Amino acid sequence: MSEQMTGAQSLIKSLEAAGAENIFGIPGGAILPAYDPLMDSKIRHILVRHEQGAGHAAQGYAAATGKVGVCMATSGPGATNLVTPLADANMDSVPMVAITGQVGAAMIGTDAFQEADIRGITMPVTKHSFLITDPAEIPLRVAEAFHLASSGRPGPVLVDVTKSALQATTTYRWPTELHLPGYRPVTRPHAKQIREAARLMLEAKKPVLYVGGGTIRSGAHGELLQLATLTGIPVVTTLMARGAFPDSHPQHLGMPGMHGTVAANAGLQKSDLLISLGARFDDRVTGNLDSFAPNAKVIHADIDPAEIGKNRYADVPIVGDVREVLADLITVLTAEKEAGKEGDYEGWVAFVAGIKKAYPLGYDIPAEGLSPQYVIERLGKISGEETIFTAGVGQHQMWAAQFIGYEHPNTWINSGGLGTMGYSVPAAMGAKVGCPDSTVWSIDGDGCFQMTNQELATCAIEGIPIKVAIINNDNLGMVRQWQTLFYEERYSNTNLQSHGQPKRIPDFPKLAEAMGCVGLACDSADDVDATIEKAMEINDMPVVVDFRVNKDAMVWPMVPAGASNDEIQYARDLAPEFDEDDL
Amino acid sequence: MSIQPVKTGGKHTLSVLVENKPGVLARVAALFSRRGFNIESLAVGPTEHDEVSRMTVVVNLENTPLEQVTKQLNKLVEVIKIVELEPESRVQRALMLVKISATTETRSQVLDTIQLFRAKVVDVSTDSVIVQLAGNTGKLNDFLRVIEPFGIRELSQSGMVGMGRGSRSISERSLRSVAVPAPPSAV
Repeated sequence: MSEQMTGAQSLIKSLEAAGAENIFGIPGGAILPAYDPLMDSKIRHILVRHEQGAGHAAQGYAAATGKVGVCMATSGPGATNLVTPLADANMDSVPMVAITGQVGAAMIGTDAFQEADIRGITMPVTKHSFLITDPAEIPLRVAEAFHLASSGRPGPVLVDVTKSALQATTTYRWPTELHLPGYRPVTRPHAKQIREAARLMLEAKKPVLYVGGGTIRSGAHGELLQLATLTGIPVVTTLMARGAFPDSHPQHLGMPGMHGTVAANAGLQKSDLLISLGARFDDRVTGNLDSFAPNAKVIHADIDPAEIGKNRYADVPIVGDVREVLADLITVLTAEKEAGKEGDYEGWVAFVAGIKKAYPLGYDIPAEGLSPQYVIERLGKISGEETIFTAGVGQHQMWAAQFIGYEHPNTWINSGGLGTMGYSVPAAMGAKVGCPDSTVWSIDGDGCFQMTNQELATCAIEGIPIKVAIINNDNLGMVRQWQTLFYEERYSNTNLQSHGQPKRIPDFPKLAEAMGCVGLACDSADDVDATIEKAMEINDMPVVVDFRVNKDAMVWPMVPAGASNDEIQYARDLAPEFDEDDL
Repeated sequence: MSIQPVKTGGKHTLSVLVENKPGVLARVAALFSRRGFNIESLAVGPTEHDEVSRMTVVVNLENTPLEQVTKQLNKLVEVIKIVELEPESRVQRALMLVKISATTETRSQVLDTIQLFRAKVVDVSTDSVIVQLAGNTGKLNDFLRVIEPFGIRELSQSGMVGMGRGSRSISERSLRSVAVPAPPSAV
């Protein structure tokens, strides 16, 4: 099938053929030709207010739906504004395709108006990137971009198209095969490695399933539950994997790492076998690497071979899709069980259950002001387990990871690897576009919110009724917490308000209203439930709730940066005690 | 604590087959820079297949395992194959051009030295010669050490190229295609 058309028409037709349903973007000079056929396309284009918003919205859409998120921008500044979302998607393995306009082929290299070498700029932060100067290549490159973004370890792919290619007449031909000789992701795990892993699991006395974001991306939550139930092995879910395993499950020890639970960290530290599933031994999980889980052997399953052995030696490396790895492990271990062979973890399960009981997540109710943890806890309880939560980066993010019970995958969407402040509101917008029937709550800090809140105007105009809870402590809270703990309470540049004046700038409810949203405020614990319920009732427009919370609340537990996870503090200056004789 | 039986440290020569597309060299160079791997020498050129180029990369590793370097390289979509050329089973050469001072007094000594190394004179002027020499790093450095007292006016050196010994070819495997996957959400 081949037809004559412009490169721009070919681009839009290719995006349709690749399955794109929504595009978040902003037009501009170089991409302008593509916006003309887009007007007649069945693809919905959502006109955002800033390209960073387009990128994070595409990420939120992808994370909520599992489909490829698409964003579009013009050359130069339009494209460079996408760098942060691309880097974010690269770190968190989000399937995303970014289409950017480029100056005409003859102008490349002349420092033309709005020229930037976006392919060069984004090389280190994308899975792959293309520059198209020949319009005949458009369908093939778009097909390759979607294939690369969504297969193997997912990631962002940039497609930079010159204006001259968009304007030229070309032949549209959707490819029947892709020629990518250097790209062959391995999804089927090796049977020998699976047998070896099963053997270690049966021999181990203190195993832990260390579950990472790859488990969510591969849709392996069902298999994970099956394996956990089959073996009885305790589970920890990293920040990127919250929701991969039900929080209500008794085997779940919670989130490990810097602000993880005592049980999850103790579980890893005392373990004799880590079964790592789509996790990458990130420094925020391991703390000091040399003292991380010092007595544990490691089974490391990941679709990206480069993650295996990168930070920690793997006794049993398994390259493959987590879902297939789990399915194969279940088959082998079920057969073993039927033959009467099972792991004996009784003492271990009792030990970690004891720690979980002794050191639950908790917080102090402040004498004055509203507790941020309480607000977040109530949000989780009232809005229900089907709700999708997005978060920015900082204290509110950690509390949202800790105090909301996640029962389903893709209901917790945050910027884990890159730690991008301002991620929450646009990501919520994207998630709501992808899942219009779900309630989507953006939990955000007042610092984060001021980075990308202009997308509320997009939400109001485009009919994307997200809900935003600003956990407003007038400060860059996490930085302030570090200043409290490590800089002798010298609060350099973390107070976002004018010093000593009672007036809050900006007035968030007014700002929300100015952007066509409902603005609510709450500063007392007594009003929290009623305010959340009121916000839950508004479903025809975006709602912003300004929760004015106590600025001195801190995120606990905490492992200081670079320290061993053994040095976890349950609360300030309070280290948990483990009676190892119990083991 | 598990012992880590991995290759770290020292120099390694990698032969890397890549797709012959624009930007591949930049991608490889950017990867080395981003991951903090040291490139000691890099040479790129065409191969017996039109669509494939070959890079010879000499890396000097301090603490990074070689395996991390090859795995990260392999993640680049345009990298087709990577083979480490082990010292005992490879041929490795760089090409060097040296402009050496050679006056009437020193010329005969210079020419003797050049002959000893089986180097070749490719340009002569009244007070200098340009010499071409191919060899491994050791040979090239030895030559420079011996010729240095006569006066080196200019030096230009290529990256190292290498090849495995014996009859096997690095690019034997066919370059297959994959079928276009169904769209992630067929409409």
